[in-house]
Amino acid sequence: MPNRHSPDVVIIGAGVVGAACAYYAARSGLTVAVVDRGPVAGGTTGAGEGNLLVSDKEAGPELDLALLSTRLWRDLSATLPPETEYEPKGGLVVAPDEPALKALRAFAEGQRAAGVTATEVPADRLADLEPHLAPGLAGGFHYPQDAQVQPAQAAARLLAASGAALHLGEEVTAILRGPTGAVRGVRTGRRELLAPAVVNAAGTWGGEIARLAGVHLPVLPRRGFVLVTEPLPRIVRHKVYAADYIADVASGSAALQSSAVVEGTPGGPVLIGATRERVGFDRSLSTEALRRLAAQAARLFPVLADVQVLRAYHGFRPYLPDHLPAIGPDPRVPGLHHACGHEGAGIGLAPATGVLLAAALTGAEPPLDPAPFRPERDHGPADVPTQEQQS
Amino acid sequence: MSRRTPRALVGGAPQETFTFRFDGRDVTAAAGQTVAAALWGAGVLAWRTTRHDGEPRGAFCGIGQCFDCLVTVDGAPNRRACLVPARPGGLVTSQEGTGHDDLAV
Amino acid sequence: MTTSPSDPRTAPADLAVVGAGPAGLAAAVTAASLGLTVTLLDAGARPGGQYYRHPDPALGATRPQALHHDWAAFADREAELRAHERAGRVRYLTEHQVWSVTGSGTDWSVHSRTDDAAGEPVRARAVLLATGAYERQLPFPGWTLPGVVGAGGAQAMFKSGLVLPGRRVVVAGSGPLLLAVAASLAAAGARVPAVVEAAGYGPYVRHTGTLLRNPAKLAEGALYGGALLRHQVRPLLRHAVVEAHGTDRVEAVTVARLDRDWRPVPGTGRRVPCDALAVGHGLVPELSLATALGCATRTAADGTAALVLTPGLRTSVPGVWAAGETGGVGGAQLALAEGEIAARTVAGRAVPASLARRRDRLRAFADAMGAAHRPGAGWTGWLRDGTAVCRCEEVPAGRVREAVEELGATDARTVKLLTRAGMGWCQGRMCGPAVAALAGGETVADRRPLACPVRLGQLAELPAD
Repeated sequence: MPNRHSPDVVIIGAGVVGAACAYYAARSGLTVAVVDRGPVAGGTTGAGEGNLLVSDKEAGPELDLALLSTRLWRDLSATLPPETEYEPKGGLVVAPDEPALKALRAFAEGQRAAGVTATEVPADRLADLEPHLAPGLAGGFHYPQDAQVQPAQAAARLLAASGAALHLGEEVTAILRGPTGAVRGVRTGRRELLAPAVVNAAGTWGGEIARLAGVHLPVLPRRGFVLVTEPLPRIVRHKVYAADYIADVASGSAALQSSAVVEGTPGGPVLIGATRERVGFDRSLSTEALRRLAAQAARLFPVLADVQVLRAYHGFRPYLPDHLPAIGPDPRVPGLHHACGHEGAGIGLAPATGVLLAAALTGAEPPLDPAPFRPERDHGPADVPTQEQQS
Repeated sequence: MSRRTPRALVGGAPQETFTFRFDGRDVTAAAGQTVAAALWGAGVLAWRTTRHDGEPRGAFCGIGQCFDCLVTVDGAPNRRACLVPARPGGLVTSQEGTGHDDLAV
Repeated sequence: MTTSPSDPRTAPADLAVVGAGPAGLAAAVTAASLGLTVTLLDAGARPGGQYYRHPDPALGATRPQALHHDWAAFADREAELRAHERAGRVRYLTEHQVWSVTGSGTDWSVHSRTDDAAGEPVRARAVLLATGAYERQLPFPGWTLPGVVGAGGAQAMFKSGLVLPGRRVVVAGSGPLLLAVAASLAAAGARVPAVVEAAGYGPYVRHTGTLLRNPAKLAEGALYGGALLRHQVRPLLRHAVVEAHGTDRVEAVTVARLDRDWRPVPGTGRRVPCDALAVGHGLVPELSLATALGCATRTAADGTAALVLTPGLRTSVPGVWAAGETGGVGGAQLALAEGEIAARTVAGRAVPASLARRRDRLRAFADAMGAAHRPGAGWTGWLRDGTAVCRCEEVPAGRVREAVEELGATDARTVKLLTRAGMGWCQGRMCGPAVAALAGGETVADRRPLACPVRLGQLAELPAD
């Protein structure tokens, strides 16, 4: 039986999504415990670049989530310590040629209707925004709502501000269920944590947690490499990436394919990321991934060709086959909630996810329609392993 | 009794000695010495300032692993002084911060 | 494995050896003498690694052997190397820094860089990692002052450049290297006001048997001891430099007594004037290439991460061998023996029993020394909150402690993510042991998928898949 020391909710996962869930649940008056088999930000969060992007999302439920998050991050930046390194730096998406620019225009049109601010930048004004940008580009779009945080700090500071009880280095070995099948807590290697609600914010391992609870949630890993340069003064002001228009003749649909995102950091290094590969949890170095990132970055910013790359690292983005996260209660197991499958956008989408989750836990009115993120939805067919060239 | 020196220990003499410019003065080097060795020989222990606190730094690990001895050589920043050979007439400049301040926008 | 008669520049070598120190040099010449084609890559301009570091020929030293007590072991193998090179059995690539090894089984690519260009990937059927070690540093207040240098660093600068960091050099830290450094510096004319050793020699007594089975090592110790006595230098045991003083350069150090856990004993501090400090706490195996390949590691007797190796010196990754310090720090004689053993097993030859016994004996001795000089947990007691732990990113101990105590970091990796300690140019080589100690986790081998910095333009020009 839960006693007076039992929390109202146990959150599995001390990454940025779990931290945001803890933060907003606590703000809603709930007592929270967070459990993770590793340290804070030990999974995808620690491998992320801290992208808070609206520019790369087409109109739809994910963009709505991103726009809400953008506002929430701005509010959070006023309360979280400066180490969070919130920078409302804006994004700049550039088009290498006229067809790409035309496609960007159409893409931005759809985004504007959804509430995104996107301003076209003619070719001769690109250098005003980014003096080191390569010459010869056709033009671009400026997205002032794009921003950046330092992901590990963001997760750690959100967790600290939540006041949640932290159980780090404890792997969840079982989801405890009552006689009616409802969740009543979790068991770790060290203890039982009893609570009437359990949140699966385990990121790439979300599918495993779901399995422990007896439900299917097809979270898959998608590997990404990031290059980190030597410390530099500010030479890149925005989040900058190039967009190419790919017409998928077979399906008649259009998709935006983008190159490496190049950005400076307050710490000094320029980050260049990230590749997307569906290769399972393969941890070996892909020199092909490094080559592509480096080549794309040097094409955008020729000045980078002569700087040293100090580090390359990889992470695994948790994605669901239909590329939308699972957020909210799982009707198959009363008391079980999910907040995972954010792919490469977990840092950006974390606060809105936390707010939706807190609303579901307390019965409050959600700030946007959670239906597209229902965990029990049909997620569609799983992708086949492949290597792509998009960010 | 003869004075003990590194040279007295190993004998011989360098093939040549020459000078390079370091922060506006001439530093004498022996052929085969690195920039760091020549600077040590001239009694110079620091040729870089850090990018946050502006602290002076020079050679520390001596084998190219610590990158504390970074210096600008002939205009190229972030060269490891403990690895770069000294060259006759070379231009060695103390490095401030990242060494790339010229790129800042 | 058989020799390949085709062009060595395009055909895969039978064996790629990374590192031309004692282990790599011995491995390369042994493998070549057994009929294998070998590509030997090394960051240095001359073979010998750090141990047999010697002046550039242009410096005209007529007695380089004065810098080394077993110069002949090196000189013989260098002569063999040159003969194999002339005969086309060894391709020796100097000044090539290897940044990654990729591949599997019998198909490997060794990616390297020179000072200003990307090296062509070297292809090989087997890889032997002989990447050596770097010095273990434990920070203390003032350790970033100019004139505070690594003990091995002072030795390296002296051996290659014939220079000293100062005229009065305190030598401090822990491990047998300190005596060698102090003896070198004294022989080269420096005054050594103190040799400060954090360990006691008491633990040696427990290993008397091991020590007696290693007469060459004893002779080496006696040699250094004798040299030091001649220069009136006596090691001060169970003491440490707990602070370096000065403004633009070190002017003095504070030496304090340590308890059994290396915690400084309050009130025992004593100021020793000097104009340089050479400091180090043993060596750390350089495992970046190995861990990127997924080679299994273990915690060695000295507390560092070392590779798990079979008696034939295979790593846990098929097709990858390792020798010398990568399998646990053990010195040049052990590295020479291991290089020979590894080359023999790569070639599918038997290892002579006498060679295997010699290796085991030297390894046991190294373990005994490593255990004796393993840092005690109390050393962090001499860190102040403002003491820089990470030299590159200027991260003070207080910020590392905050990450551990308040922000949920339970290991060095998370401390790095939260503080930038270990994110700079050296990628945690200087601060790694200190950050790990402050994080309180177990010894974990650092992962550095790029073993050294690479110019972005070089990565962009890699051959496309």
